Amino acid sequence: MTHVEKVPTGIEGLDLISRGGFPRGRTTVFAGSAGTAKTVIACQFLHRGAELGEPGVFVTFEESAADIARNVSAFGWDLQGHVASDRWAFVDASPRPGESVELGPDYDLGGLMSRIEHAVKKVGAKRVAIDSVGAIFSQLTDASIIRRELFAIMWSLREMGVTSLVTVERAEGSEVGRFGVEEFVADNVILLRNRLDSDNRRRTVEILKMRGTDHQKGEYPFTVTSQGVQVIPLSAMQLTQGAANERISTGVSGLDAMSGGGFFRDAMVLAAGPTGTGKTLLVSSFLNAAGPQERCLLFAYEESRDQMFRNALSSGIDLEPLEREGRLKIVAMYPEVAVLEDHLLRIKSEIETFQPDRVAIDSLSALERIGSPKAFREFTVALSSYLRAHGVAALLTTTTPMLGTSATEHEVSTVADAIILLRYVEVQGRMRRALGILKMRGSHNDPDLREYRISGEGMTILDPFRSVRGILGGTTFYPEGAGLDGSSEVATSGMIRFTEGA
Amino acid sequence: MSPTSYVLKLYVTGQTARAQRAIEQLKRICDEELQGTYHVEVVDVLEHPDIAEDQNVLATPTVVKELPPPMRRLIGDLSDTEKVLVGLNIQPLAVRGGSE
Repeated sequence: MTHVEKVPTGIEGLDLISRGGFPRGRTTVFAGSAGTAKTVIACQFLHRGAELGEPGVFVTFEESAADIARNVSAFGWDLQGHVASDRWAFVDASPRPGESVELGPDYDLGGLMSRIEHAVKKVGAKRVAIDSVGAIFSQLTDASIIRRELFAIMWSLREMGVTSLVTVERAEGSEVGRFGVEEFVADNVILLRNRLDSDNRRRTVEILKMRGTDHQKGEYPFTVTSQGVQVIPLSAMQLTQGAANERISTGVSGLDAMSGGGFFRDAMVLAAGPTGTGKTLLVSSFLNAAGPQERCLLFAYEESRDQMFRNALSSGIDLEPLEREGRLKIVAMYPEVAVLEDHLLRIKSEIETFQPDRVAIDSLSALERIGSPKAFREFTVALSSYLRAHGVAALLTTTTPMLGTSATEHEVSTVADAIILLRYVEVQGRMRRALGILKMRGSHNDPDLREYRISGEGMTILDPFRSVRGILGGTTFYPEGAGLDGSSEVATSGMIRFTEGA
Repeated sequence: MSPTSYVLKLYVTGQTARAQRAIEQLKRICDEELQGTYHVEVVDVLEHPDIAEDQNVLATPTVVKELPPPMRRLIGDLSDTEKVLVGLNIQPLAVRGGSE
C-alpha cells in the first residue's frame, strides 16, 4: 500500500476514523440525506484549511454565499474575513431570479469550470468544496451531461492538485447518491445518515471507501455543537493506561482500608446499588476528601446542586467551602435536555475547561433512559475511554435493581478499575446494608462483604458478614450454626434473604 | 412605434466547435428576426470568468436576454429558431409586423 498523504478535515473525530483526513489531491464525496449537516461539514473543511494557511474555494449550488456565511457565523467562523484575506473564495451558483430555459442537449458546464478554475487561481486554493451536486439539477436537467461535466471538473481539480469535498444527496436507506455521480467520480465515499432512534435524531458518519488508504469501519455518531460538527469515535479511541501508584482517599475511612489505601489517582470506580444505598453520599464523601490542591467536578443528573448540598450536610459533609474556593464545580442537569452524544461532548468540554482531579457522575444510569441500548453502550464506552485517557479519578454511580441486568453496570464494569457493590440485606425482618469491592485492578482488596451504616457522620463501614455465602448470586445462605461475626443482633441460624431494591 | 432594442449576451467557452455553432446560429436568428434592432455581445467565459461569476453562468452556450425585461436565459442548442424566440420571449418580426 503506497503512502497517501492526508489532509486534516477540520473535524477531529473524522480525522481519527479516516486516519488523518482526506487523501490529498483527491476528491472525497459525502453522500447524505436531508439534515446531515453536509453544508456545515463542507464549510468546516474549508475553514480549517483557511486556519492552516490552505485557502479554499466554496462552490454552492443551493444556498447563496451570503446565507452560508451568515449561517456558519454561529460557529465563530468568519467567512467574510477569510474572503477579505484571500483565504476563501465563493463560486456562488445558487439559483437567482429570472426564468431559464433549457433547449437541446448541446451544452457543457464551461461557465462553471471556468469560474472554479478562476477562483482556485485567485486565492491559490488547496481545498475545494462543492455543495451540493444534487442542487445543480434544480438549474439544469440533463443528467448525462452533468455527469460528464462533473467528471471533467473533478479531473481538472485533480490536475490542479487541490483536495476536494463534494456533497451529494442520498435517499435514506439507499447506499449511493441519487444521481449516480459519486461512484465513478470519487475514490473516496463517506456516508452520512440521519435516523430516528428512540425519539432522538441520530446522525452517523461511515467511511464507505477510501481508496488506497486505511480507515476505521462502521458507523460513528456525530452531532452539531457550537463548534461545528463533531464526530464521536469510539473504537478509534485509544486506551492509554496510566500507571499512577498514588492513592487518594475515598472519603470513607473504612473503604480506604478495604481498598488497600484508597483509589488509585487515575482509577475509574463504579458504585452500583439500588436506590437508598448511599451512592450519592459516597459521591459527596469522595468530593469532600479532595486534597488542598485538588479540583472536583460533579455531573449531577438526578439532583439539583441545592438538594445535593442539603443531603450531604445531613450526613455531616459540607461541600460549600470547596465550591466557594472554586475547587468544586457542579454541573446539574436533566438527562432529557440533550441526546447522549451531546452529553458526552458536554462532559468532555467541562473536563477540558475545569481540569479536575476528581470527577463524579451521579448517576450514569439516569442517562440510560434517554437513548437506545446501542447508543448508551457507545456512550459509556466512549465516556470511560475518555476518563481513562484523561487520568482523572472518577466515581460513577449506577442504580441497579439487580446485578448484571443493568446496561450501565454491564458496560462500565468491564472497563472500571474497581466496582463497589452496595446491597440491601434483609436479616430476620430487618434491613441491613452490605458493601463489597468486586474488583480492584492492580491491588489486593478486602474480599469481605461488610455491613455499613449511614448516619449524621456519613458512611461507616462495619464488620464483615463473614458466614454469609452466595451473596453475589442473590440467594444467600449461611451454614447452620455458624455465627454472623460482628452482627450480634442477627440470629445465629436460619436463612438470610438478600433483597434487591426497595 | 419605435423599434424594440434587444440586448443579448451569448456566453461561450473558448473557440470550440460548439461555441462557433452557437455564435453562427444566434447571428442568423438575429439577422432574420430582429433586423437592426439588436445588440449581441459574445462573452468567452475563459477570458471573463468574473463576468460569468457575476451573472451566474454555469452552462455554455447560454444566451441571456438582458433587455427588454423580463430577463431570460437560454441554455444549449440554438438550432431551432422558433424555440429560441419563444424561450427568450421575443416575438418574431412577422408577428410584430402583423399586429401593427
